[in-house]
Amino acid sequence: MFNFLNTYFPKGIQNALIQIWGLAEFTERYFKEIFKPPYEIKELIRQFFQIGNKSLGLVGVTGFIIGFVLALQAIPTLQPFGATALIPAMISISIIREIGPVITGLICAGKIGSGIGAELGSMKVTEQIDAMEVSACNPFKFLVVTRITATTLMIPLLIIYADTIALIGGYIALSIVSDMSISLYFSQIFDTLTFEDIIPATVKTFFFGFTIGLVGSYKGYTADRGTESVGIAANTSVVVSSLMVIIWDMLAVQLTNILF
Amino acid sequence: MDNSEIVIDIEHLKKSFGKTEILKDINLQVERGETVVTLGKSGTGKSVTLKCIVGLIYPDSGKVNVLGKDIPELTYEELQYIRKKIGFVFQSAALYDSMSVRENIEFPLDRNSDLDKNGITKRVEEVLSDVGLSDSIDKMPSELSGGMRKRLGVARTIALKPEIMLWDEPTTGLDPATAREISNLIVDMQKKYKVSSIVVTHDMICAKIVADRIVVLKDGTYANSGTYDELVKSDDEFVRSFFE
Ligand SMILES: Nc1ncnc2c1ncn2[C@@H]1O[C@H](COP(=O)(O)OP(=O)(O)OP(=O)(O)O)[C@@H](O)[C@H]1O
Ligand SMILES: [Mg+2]
Repeated sequence: MFNFLNTYFPKGIQNALIQIWGLAEFTERYFKEIFKPPYEIKELIRQFFQIGNKSLGLVGVTGFIIGFVLALQAIPTLQPFGATALIPAMISISIIREIGPVITGLICAGKIGSGIGAELGSMKVTEQIDAMEVSACNPFKFLVVTRITATTLMIPLLIIYADTIALIGGYIALSIVSDMSISLYFSQIFDTLTFEDIIPATVKTFFFGFTIGLVGSYKGYTADRGTESVGIAANTSVVVSSLMVIIWDMLAVQLTNILF
Repeated sequence: MDNSEIVIDIEHLKKSFGKTEILKDINLQVERGETVVTLGKSGTGKSVTLKCIVGLIYPDSGKVNVLGKDIPELTYEELQYIRKKIGFVFQSAALYDSMSVRENIEFPLDRNSDLDKNGITKRVEEVLSDVGLSDSIDKMPSELSGGMRKRLGVARTIALKPEIMLWDEPTTGLDPATAREISNLIVDMQKKYKVSSIVVTHDMICAKIVADRIVVLKDGTYANSGTYDELVKSDDEFVRSFFE
């Protein structure tokens, strides 16, 4: 099969195909092993809190600034027409549907993806993964399954949290120019948002989370020998998972447009 | 027929990395309760040979049979089952950085022994005192010295009471007294539990204490073998170079 590839594809495309194949095999192994006991519950919970805790601050600050700036930008456009009342609807739709998930997804790809890539990469290089393997402790289950599961569940929560803070940031910007009460602000938001806004936007965040965990684990777990490969693992984790977050987002938008 | 049992049987093992042929023709039989010491220059493939035995590295060709099973043929589950009976002391210690000394030893015990919580605690304390690390039980690996890390690597492996032990330079970097203690530990395990061992070492004091038989790796194959006393008297210059 690789001979065939050699003749017809340049090296770059070959590598990309090998990576995609590797990710697919990794995904398959994940779904095989997640349902097989024994379960590493303790490690899963530890990862869950660690991933959440580490990103809470960064994601919160970014979320706040996004909401705040979005409202600030909208005010001068809409205020001359006396349309400030439309601002909650406008910013909530952009935040919930698009900006919140994508920006938070990208931040998590950078922060969490690189962390997983570097951690597993250095465990690989220092033979810790081999040591688990030879003592018959399945390292895939202990290290990979727990991390992918934790990111799949935690990143959607982080995105909901970022969305909420962004909406609050939007209110604070708005309250500088108008005297809209916070309850009116939020009731306007809930009047505007429909299930067609919320459901697809939430579903795609699980894919973001899964991808970030998967790519980071794959890059770390399959790192080469030698310390420089730890850096490479961390770096490519970020690049590949950021790219995949954007691709998932594009697919999600297309799919939503077809379905609804 | 004698009633000795071969626990490790390697025949015509070959392994290359890229274009460099590291192992060309490895043949080795280890009997139950026997300790074989491997000598050889740095980078000749001693560690690679050990890794072939536990299935961390797959040979290009040849037979690797451990406890009656052909390692390269096994499924992952079968391999895991065999690995429970094999202990591997890494040259680099390979300690779990994110776990304390105690947790490093508990990790495999939790998953692969029938001991209950009390039993595990007792076993951890027992093996730590065997290697003289009792005082460091709650430290992190990053707080240990090089020699202490090495000893923890040993403790973690012997805690599982394996039938076969593969030691990759267990005494390198240790002071002579501690090196002697580790060597005696290898002999104790052999005497008490009839453990079979392969010991890779450059430390001739250790080799003298533990070896039933010594094999010398050169150019990808075992060029010489014999007991310690036989090899000391060898007129082969390469063999002599290890003893001087
Ligand atoms: N996974 C691997 N991939 C590529 N090359 C490897 C791999 N493992 C070992 N090698 C190469 O195989 C050769 C033998 O390595 P090995 O670690 O077995 O040496 P050694 O005999 O144990 O040496 P030392 O006494 O220094 O530990 C080295 O040249 C090493 O670079
Ligand atoms: Mg070695």
